[in-house]
Amino acid sequence: MDIPRDLVAASATPLVLTILAESDSYGYAIIKRVGELSSGQLEWTEGLLYPLLHRLERQGHIEGTWGSSETGRKRKYYRLTADGRAALADHQVQWRTVATALETAWTATKLNFGPEGVFA
Amino acid sequence: MTDALDTQIDLWRAHMERRATVTTTDVDELEDHLRGHIETLTAAGLSEDEAFLVAMKRLGSQDDIAHEFARENSKRLWKQLVLGASEDEARGTRASGWLPAVLFAIAGAALVRLPLFGDINGWAGQAYARAAGVIGVAAVVAYLLWRRPSGRTMTISVAIGVVVLGGLSLMYPLHTGGDAFISTMLHVPVAAWLLVGLAYAGDRWRTTEGRMDFVRFTGEWVIYMTLLALGGGVLMGISALVASAAGVDPGTVLAQWVLPCGVGGAVVIGAWLVEAKRSVIENMAPVLARVFTPLFTLTFGVLLIVVLASGHVLDLDRSLLAVCNAILVLAAGLVLYSLTARSDDATTGWFDWLQVALVAGALALDLLALVNIVTRIGDGGWTFNRTVVLGANLILLANLAVSAWLLTRVTRSEAGAVLRLERWQTALLPVYGAWVLVVIVALPPAFSLLHS
Repeated sequence: MDIPRDLVAASATPLVLTILAESDSYGYAIIKRVGELSSGQLEWTEGLLYPLLHRLERQGHIEGTWGSSETGRKRKYYRLTADGRAALADHQVQWRTVATALETAWTATKLNFGPEGVFA
Repeated sequence: MTDALDTQIDLWRAHMERRATVTTTDVDELEDHLRGHIETLTAAGLSEDEAFLVAMKRLGSQDDIAHEFARENSKRLWKQLVLGASEDEARGTRASGWLPAVLFAIAGAALVRLPLFGDINGWAGQAYARAAGVIGVAAVVAYLLWRRPSGRTMTISVAIGVVVLGGLSLMYPLHTGGDAFISTMLHVPVAAWLLVGLAYAGDRWRTTEGRMDFVRFTGEWVIYMTLLALGGGVLMGISALVASAAGVDPGTVLAQWVLPCGVGGAVVIGAWLVEAKRSVIENMAPVLARVFTPLFTLTFGVLLIVVLASGHVLDLDRSLLAVCNAILVLAAGLVLYSLTARSDDATTGWFDWLQVALVAGALALDLLALVNIVTRIGDGGWTFNRTVVLGANLILLANLAVSAWLLTRVTRSEAGAVLRLERWQTALLPVYGAWVLVVIVALPPAFSLLHS
């Protein structure tokens, strides 16, 4: 499945905030987690993730600290801040609204293309 | 991991670090990412060489990465242009050739020179003095509007703004050299410069980034103007010496032609240089901010001691009060300017503490000035000058108080504190404009300072 660039970009912020709400994390682990969450459908590039992390850090939604990995390598860990949590709550409401609207419309018109069913 | 792999990664690091838009810490983070990926791949059975190649491929081309980082690391258009921006980013800025700049500079020189043909000791001279701020920057506004086209509505609004401001500055019949006359002269340039900001930031004027870019532009423009003025001064001095030696009196030509035309042209050339030679000053701005912040902090300390030692804390000399105000405006400007010189990944250090000290000193001085003004108003009643100074000091007080509070949060490395400080400082820009309009338009009639 090819997810358009715009959609990937739009969902990137809530995804990162959500993953950091699960636990503190770092770049490579976040990309892996995105893959897991989307069953491999969402493949993020580093050029997408790191600038986004830095932007969120500048906005105060997340906080980065330098630490070291299990093998002693320099690694930057990110943590969700209170502001970030509030922003995530907003994102959740917005995405739920969009998802519910689409789902309601599809149910009403009995449209069903996905892998689970055939077009009725 | 083996040495061979380390060598390969070091080579990659060296290449990445050469990119202007990727900082060393960015590369540190990417290296951790790359190594993490290689570990996963080798665990899955790939050889280290294979894993390195796959991970590199996945990381994307260096150009792409550098480009993506540039968007976030620099809010500055030029870096994106240097990188070879995509079309949508490149649109909106014209080529930075010198010819258009020179043409606009000639127009600016003519604009500044023309009013001098009128009766300079009479009406024309008066009008010239009052509208000098507008006349001086009109060509810069025109140049910026041409250089960064930003939609018809914006262009027309700014053009109307320039004309209206010119009209407002000349609206009232004021006594030449009177209080209202002088305060109009001093305040019009501030409003005029905000119009330059509108022309510079275009449709981005509502955003903090757009306004910060304008502040940065202003700081760099001031540096270039200082350099141009220095050079111009030396040239004029040499010309005067040569002319005098040849038995010609250079005074008239220099004062009536070279100086006004030079200033009128230099303001445009300064604006062009900021745009065209950005990276030169970009390295200088943080240095200047760091040199002058300690000096200003020291000055505030000395001023406070002088004032307290004089024993006239409540009835300061009028001229000392004026000096205090001038230096307070400079301090507020310095705080704003050092914000633009701050790099995004800067860690908290001595400089932030110094800034807190600077703002605290300024705040003390401002409170002292306010107490004095209020005492004067209490003793002698409201006058035009006292109202103007009171208003300016109250705005400064709000600015400094909130800045001090936000700066202490910056020193505590609080998340997003720098952004909040930027927002606060740039939100004040329109407030300055509004106050200038009050001073020019509302106060002179309120204090019956109009010529009858």
